[in-house]
Amino acid sequence: MIKFENVSKKYGSTPVLDELSFEIQQGEFVVLIGPSGCGKTTTLKTINRLIEPNAGKIYIDGKDITDMNPVELRRGIGYVIQQIGLFPNMTVEQNIAVVPKLLKYPKDKWQAIVHDLLEMVDMPYEENAHKYPSELSGGQQQRIGVLRALAASPPIILMDEPFGALDPITRDTLQDEVRRLQKKLKKTIVFVTHDMDEALKMADTIVFMNEGKILQMASPEEMLHNPAHPIISGFMGKQIDSRSNGLTAGDVMRTRVVKAARNNQTLKSIELMKSRDVDTLIVINEDDTYAGIVTIGDLRARGRGGMEIGELITDAAPVVNVADDAQEAFDALLTSSTSYVIVLNDDNTVAGLITKTSMTRAMGEVLWGDVTS
Amino acid sequence: MNMFSLTLEHMYIVFIAVAIAVVLGVFLGVIAYWIRYLDSIILWITEIIQTIPSLALLALLMIVFGLGNTTIIVGLVLYALMPIARNTYIGLQDVEPHLKDAARGMGMTKLQRLVKVELPLSFPLIFSGIKIATVNSLSVAVMGVLIGAGGLGFPVYRGIQTNSLTLILSGAIPVVLMALIFDYIMSRIERRLTLRASDGRK
Ligand SMILES: Nc1ncnc2c1ncn2[C@@H]1O[C@H](COP(=O)(O)OP(=O)(O)O)[C@@H](O)[C@H]1O
Ligand SMILES: [Mg+2]
Repeated sequence: MIKFENVSKKYGSTPVLDELSFEIQQGEFVVLIGPSGCGKTTTLKTINRLIEPNAGKIYIDGKDITDMNPVELRRGIGYVIQQIGLFPNMTVEQNIAVVPKLLKYPKDKWQAIVHDLLEMVDMPYEENAHKYPSELSGGQQQRIGVLRALAASPPIILMDEPFGALDPITRDTLQDEVRRLQKKLKKTIVFVTHDMDEALKMADTIVFMNEGKILQMASPEEMLHNPAHPIISGFMGKQIDSRSNGLTAGDVMRTRVVKAARNNQTLKSIELMKSRDVDTLIVINEDDTYAGIVTIGDLRARGRGGMEIGELITDAAPVVNVADDAQEAFDALLTSSTSYVIVLNDDNTVAGLITKTSMTRAMGEVLWGDVTS
Repeated sequence: MNMFSLTLEHMYIVFIAVAIAVVLGVFLGVIAYWIRYLDSIILWITEIIQTIPSLALLALLMIVFGLGNTTIIVGLVLYALMPIARNTYIGLQDVEPHLKDAARGMGMTKLQRLVKVELPLSFPLIFSGIKIATVNSLSVAVMGVLIGAGGLGFPVYRGIQTNSLTLILSGAIPVVLMALIFDYIMSRIERRLTLRASDGRK
């Protein structure tokens, strides 16, 4: 589908991409990873010709992309960036409809697309379409950023550290959403990250780059078991074995969580979620003990003005004790439908929260020292 | 002497001049932004014009355009170019690079990027240039009387000739009032624009 053939790029005399050759299959989720400055963004931008290589060829579906009109090429490739890049002068609807409008879709068609896409991520049209980006939380903005890239149904989507600036819970949720969308819509995605947890979670194939070259291109399992280079092991290490090291849930949890008393009003809680940029609140009783969780979806779907969030809580999230083995939390995380586990103290007050990201990170730190992000 | 119609004429002259200057100034700002090696030349020329004393500029223009409103309008346009062209140029330059990247990555052409993203995001700064140009023009337009144009220069000039403070003030006060009112209203609009657009700029 996408084929790089000896692609090189220099700035002055410094090579940034050095004879890069690799191939991406139709429907594949490929993650480019590597140390900062290794050429990930440059590689991505050569695909939609925001950057032109000095040498080598790139083919999409067998066609040399330098033979295509760059403007038309880009309209057929979705593009999501870390800074989100929603146009602040346009509403959510106008932002999502940018490419369909460039492609001269009739109004009823692009409106229907905006409707469907917003439904798909649980952001109802009536409530969100006419807002400006600055009225949304960071997580919601990047959802719209992703929808904008999907709007004209391009077969290929490029994502450059799209979740790098989001908090861990929101990042986890968006990672799941994008993976789900990709499976459902069968897109070919090229995704840049410098976060190994994210790469392992998302990728069909990981491309590990260093100084403009590919060190290894392999499936997550393969890379985990047989890293081809010490730099790669340094990025993630060898096998993870949590049983032998006595790690507890308390060791791997994050302690900064957003808690709210059960008598909080629905609307106020939505505001709180927006301002803290999270999708879920941990609800506590008057005596500080854990009561349950409430998601922004619950609040939107069932909340009414004046209602207290205590009436809407669920116990969907698995719960572990701080002293429990981390393995237990790990298993709970893998089997649960939610993307996190609540950690409680002995007196049932909330100690923290374990997400897939915090789990992986904490294990990495214990095994290989500081995991840089 | 009908002060009301003189005031109207004064505003009319300024309005026409600023309208033309907006079109020309934004155009020059865009050209300077698009064509990298022209930027210093364009900005330099508009700045040079600013430094020519108004009397000298008007005298020169009079040779070409003769006596009357046209000459003062041309003069005002030339003076108004600098703040508008410069602010347009700076505004376009300062749009967040990642927004320009996003616009390019979506497949917008150069003109589409300008019209749909870059100009709207620069508008607060362009508007502030228009405000400066308007307020300046209101006072410079008084000079128009020297080259046979209408407006509030007339009572001021007659006042000087006849040594009549009342006459001078009857022309000067409306000019000052207009300048203050325009400055106040346009500053408020500018503030609101800037607040709204602040997240699209560096
Ligand atoms: N416009 C440019 N001019 C000069 N050097 C650049 C330019 N853009 C990127 N680089 C350099 O190219 C290298 C790769 O950059 P990039 O692809 O952005 O890295 P990554 O995304 O992997 O962090 C970096 O060393 C960077 O400093
Ligand atoms: Mg990068």
